[in-house]
Amino acid sequence: MTGEPLLPQAADAPGPRTAAPPPSLGRRMVRHYLSRVLFVVAMGLVLAFFALPMLWLVTAPFDADPSLTVGWPDWTLANFARIAENRYALGSLRNSLVLGLGTMALVLTLGSLAAYALSRVRIPGRDGLLYALLLLSSIVTGTAAMVPTFQLITQIGLINTQIGVILVLAGGVLPTVIFILKDFMDSIPKSYEESARLYGASPLQILTHVVVPTARPGLAFVAVWTVVQVWGNFLVPFLLLRTPESQPAAVLMYTFYTEGGQPDLRLLSAFSLVFSVPVIAMYFLVNRRYGFRFHGGIKS
Amino acid sequence: MAVITTTALVKEYPGGVRGVDGVDVTIADGEFFALLGPSGCGKTTLLRSIAGLESITEGALQIGDRDVTDLEPGERGVAMVFQDYALFPHMDVADNIAYPLKIKRVGKGPRRQTATEVGDGLSLDGLMQRRPAQLSGGQQQRVALARAVATRPEVLLLDEPLSNLDARLRLEARTFLKELQRELGVTTVFVTHDQAEALALADRIAVMKAGRLQQVGTPREVFSRPVNTFVAGFIGSTPMNLVESETADGAVRVAGAPVPLPAGAQGRVGDGAKVVWGARPEYLKWSTTPVEGGIEAEVSVIENLGASVLVSAHRGETRLQLVLDEDDEPAPGDRGWVLPTPRRSLLFDSETTDLIG
Repeated sequence: MTGEPLLPQAADAPGPRTAAPPPSLGRRMVRHYLSRVLFVVAMGLVLAFFALPMLWLVTAPFDADPSLTVGWPDWTLANFARIAENRYALGSLRNSLVLGLGTMALVLTLGSLAAYALSRVRIPGRDGLLYALLLLSSIVTGTAAMVPTFQLITQIGLINTQIGVILVLAGGVLPTVIFILKDFMDSIPKSYEESARLYGASPLQILTHVVVPTARPGLAFVAVWTVVQVWGNFLVPFLLLRTPESQPAAVLMYTFYTEGGQPDLRLLSAFSLVFSVPVIAMYFLVNRRYGFRFHGGIKS
Repeated sequence: MAVITTTALVKEYPGGVRGVDGVDVTIADGEFFALLGPSGCGKTTLLRSIAGLESITEGALQIGDRDVTDLEPGERGVAMVFQDYALFPHMDVADNIAYPLKIKRVGKGPRRQTATEVGDGLSLDGLMQRRPAQLSGGQQQRVALARAVATRPEVLLLDEPLSNLDARLRLEARTFLKELQRELGVTTVFVTHDQAEALALADRIAVMKAGRLQQVGTPREVFSRPVNTFVAGFIGSTPMNLVESETADGAVRVAGAPVPLPAGAQGRVGDGAKVVWGARPEYLKWSTTPVEGGIEAEVSVIENLGASVLVSAHRGETRLQLVLDEDDEPAPGDRGWVLPTPRRSLLFDSETTDLIG
């Protein structure tokens, strides 16, 4: 920049305002393009920052000698064979699946029942209760409750069992799930249920015939969200599962070192890819089958 | 079959608001009965109480020879069509119609058959595999009706059955609804805030206000002999002229002009009584020459109603409306005489608002 002031002279400049000519057309064009270029460069840097790990995730597993940098891989599939060679790798994926699906089943059952009741029955202080639960839920699975959670699960003899982990994880996500589902069920007209009631349907029949099918997009969202939460959770299974045979993938990854104490990047990269594929696949599958729709306040 | 009797029925909401306040009504078997009133008058609450969707606070409800006051909705033998039809969006038309049978554990085969039969009767053939969202408003309504009558209920309840249809379709559906009710012979109660709908459809009408019955009668009765000024003002496509007046010398002084006493009020009211004089716009005539018993007034506004016009005429502060034939249309600013028909005029007590005659 030339340092020449581009703004009109300040108030102390005497005389009419015409004294300071507006910047010429050419200069304005330059400024315009310069700002565009700077903007694009900045966006590009942000994009690269987030894209690089993704790129690493899709290239490194196929590289014969992966490093921590992103580069054109020396194509090979040998890294995936290492997963099979690891004693615990496949079992850990199965454990992750058990934890994810188990938590999902528990959360969907309890969450939809609770949300339905909370949506339809007038309870004094209902909203306050929901917000309190939502706040407390971050503590249940959070770092602050590590010790009491561990002690509790040990006391009731569920240490080192998948059930124990499922219970703790479900407790952590349930408040959020109830909150989301209650909102969803509030938007379902009551006349559906009243209609079924008039024909003699029992509350359970109303729930299974009418409420669950109409709330399906909400339930699908909650199911996927729960699995994603559990799939990526490290702390709870790390604390409560003490043997490598029972640990899920997210925890097992932590043990992938070579004899030399270096991270085993060949195994780690291939395993990471395998680890992330199910979640992505599930998203597309559920989206296709049930569709994530938002039942907002806008009439469609 | 099924007579519906309510005895001092009360529905009180938490907080002490009474949606229905001591209603005694008997609805005859096979009758087409209308609950009519402005919004918030308790007509829908009464209907929902009959259905069992609202618990009854006090009083009793009988359907047929059973006391159903404390029965579950499913045990009362009633079917209901909701204002929004409440068709299950995830089921096709056939499954929707057959849903009540599914609850009654009827097998899949007979269920399909009944659904097809009932659907055909309501000209829904060819639509059985569609979802509710793929149907027009009129078709949705017929599906809702089909679902309601599939189980041969003793009582059919309709909540604002025509309000979700376009104006043109509404007339068609009205005739259709009346035909269907005659054909099935089922005791039918419907709720409406549209007096024209009630007059056209019902065998008898119950006019409600603030949770209480104002009048129960045939459409002709509530139209020509409303029991109070509220019913008088509510019934009729153009509201009845109601003018605060006084009796004097065996006549009513309507805005100062002496008008003969209505035929029904002869000998039932003395001189000097504070009254409300009522006359329907359709029963008023217009004269350009002075007439005995006419009310001189000046035309202010003319509204076209098609084959007729609605004329608003002022006499001082008092406004009178009359419906005239299109051939007799006056012009705004014209002076003339409003001529009432004593046989069709009514007199109400100014204080109690009740009909004198």
